[in-house]
Amino acid sequence: MRRVVVVGASLAAVHAIEGLRDHGYAGEIVLIGAEPHLPYDRPPLSKEALHQGPEVDKVHLRAPEWYADAGVELRLGRRATALDPARRIVVLDDGTPEEYDGMVLATGSTPKTLSTLGDVGPVNILRTVDDAVALHGQLIPGRHLVVLGAGFIGLEVAATASEMGLDVSVVELAPVPLTRVLGDEVGQWFRTHQEAHGVQLHCGSVLDGIDPGAGGSKIRLHNGTVLSADLVVAGVGVTPATGWLEGSGVRLADGVVCDKSLRTSVPGVVAAGDVTRWYNALFDEEMRVEQWTNAVEQGRHAAASLLGADEAYTPVPYFWSDQFNAKMRFVGRANAAEQVHVERMDDTSMVALFGRDGVLRGALCVNAARRLAQYSRAIRDQVPWGDVVEP
Amino acid sequence: MSMKVIVDLQACQGYACCMMEAPAVFDLDESAGKAILLQETPTDDLRAQVDSAARVCPARAITVENG
Ligand SMILES: Cc1cc2nc3c(=O)[nH]c(=O)nc-3n(C[C@H](O)[C@H](O)[C@H](O)COP(=O)(O)OP(=O)(O)OC[C@H]3O[C@@H](n4cnc5c(N)ncnc54)[C@H](O)[C@@H]3O)c2cc1C
Ligand code: SF4
Repeated sequence: MRRVVVVGASLAAVHAIEGLRDHGYAGEIVLIGAEPHLPYDRPPLSKEALHQGPEVDKVHLRAPEWYADAGVELRLGRRATALDPARRIVVLDDGTPEEYDGMVLATGSTPKTLSTLGDVGPVNILRTVDDAVALHGQLIPGRHLVVLGAGFIGLEVAATASEMGLDVSVVELAPVPLTRVLGDEVGQWFRTHQEAHGVQLHCGSVLDGIDPGAGGSKIRLHNGTVLSADLVVAGVGVTPATGWLEGSGVRLADGVVCDKSLRTSVPGVVAAGDVTRWYNALFDEEMRVEQWTNAVEQGRHAAASLLGADEAYTPVPYFWSDQFNAKMRFVGRANAAEQVHVERMDDTSMVALFGRDGVLRGALCVNAARRLAQYSRAIRDQVPWGDVVEP
Repeated sequence: MSMKVIVDLQACQGYACCMMEAPAVFDLDESAGKAILLQETPTDDLRAQVDSAARVCPARAITVENG
């Protein structure tokens, strides 16, 4: 292999490049990224950086000189628009064809929008550092912010804005926030935690429409409630950024479909990060993980597979979220849990376990992170549910 | 070649990822929410674990120096 092209210049890409070099690949590397910035870290953008005022050079993943040192040719501010596997060419938005012998797809996620609601006026989303700069500029104490969607990013924005002195309401379709992923009892804890800090949650609320106006927007809920907002943020989920691969021959199904070692259906092309759907044998499940740690480990693993390794990628996923003083850390999977056991719960901390098929599959700790290592090992060892949960 | 591990406790946010990767080298002080370095100069057999701990630390608080 003489020329590897990496598409998408973010977390998975940086770790794929580092992995390629660490595994001895000495050929060319070209990095194509739609954003004009060098790869940067996203988690701070809803947390401390949003509070303090985001600056891209403070969240850079690697120093600017790292790319030259690693022998990476940068094509930033350029979007890949088509892939031709027969000719081994990727075409950029300025028409330039880039030849490749090997390719890493790392295009991540794009936020969903409220386009089905028609003209909703200015609604902020939060995915990029530019989004965060624009949002920070509007977070002025005393203003009323309405967050649409009580997912992790929505709840983090709510907490940060509330700490900055805004008056914050969150609108959520589900009866309890995060219930789809974490179950009612744990979701309810987060609701109480947010409310204790002054955030108003409107759960079980269907959004009927948003009327933009000069002095702010009116948010109409189906139950008749109308909320006035000086600014609105939508955190209604993300979709994998695969539009440009339609018709290329790369198999897609809510993400880029890969085998156990992260190889796509097209020879010489691997995938890593948010965009990747693969079979994780440890959980006997096809999964796509939209989390930071996965992008790091998957980037590195995909690099090894591209260079010929055949090892299965079987991580125990790890995820965190910070809301006010609650530092939540999660290992494993909670989706489709058959059992949820709350081991400990008080105002400031919580430990909850998630089981399925008779084994421990996930563990959540709020302000109790030390337990994670033990649970992470138990999940990897597929320890029976009854051995972890004391009756 | 030996290694020296440094944890920037100012940057550390208590994510505990280091402890999951290299339990012989890192622990966590729960009340402080900070990592505890159990060994500053781990033996070479722990290198892979320590390298992955540094890689997956979300706060990039871990540096590994080669001596
Ligand atoms: C505000 C925020 C807070 C978060 N907080 C947490 C957290 O607390 N914990 C956690 O675990 N995770 C968190 N995440 C998720 C985490 O940041 C992602 O999982 C991670 O960024 C995924 O990395 P990636 O490299 O796969 O993709 P991304 O970071 O999504 O990057 C993909 C890049 O590819 C580019 N791209 C897309 N299409 C093309 C194309 N056709 N051509 C060229 N370039 C393209 C995009 O512009 C983008 O720059 C957060 C995310 C956000 C946005
Ligand atoms: S992973 Fe990093 S931030 Fe987390 S406890 Fe370890 S050193 Fe601290």
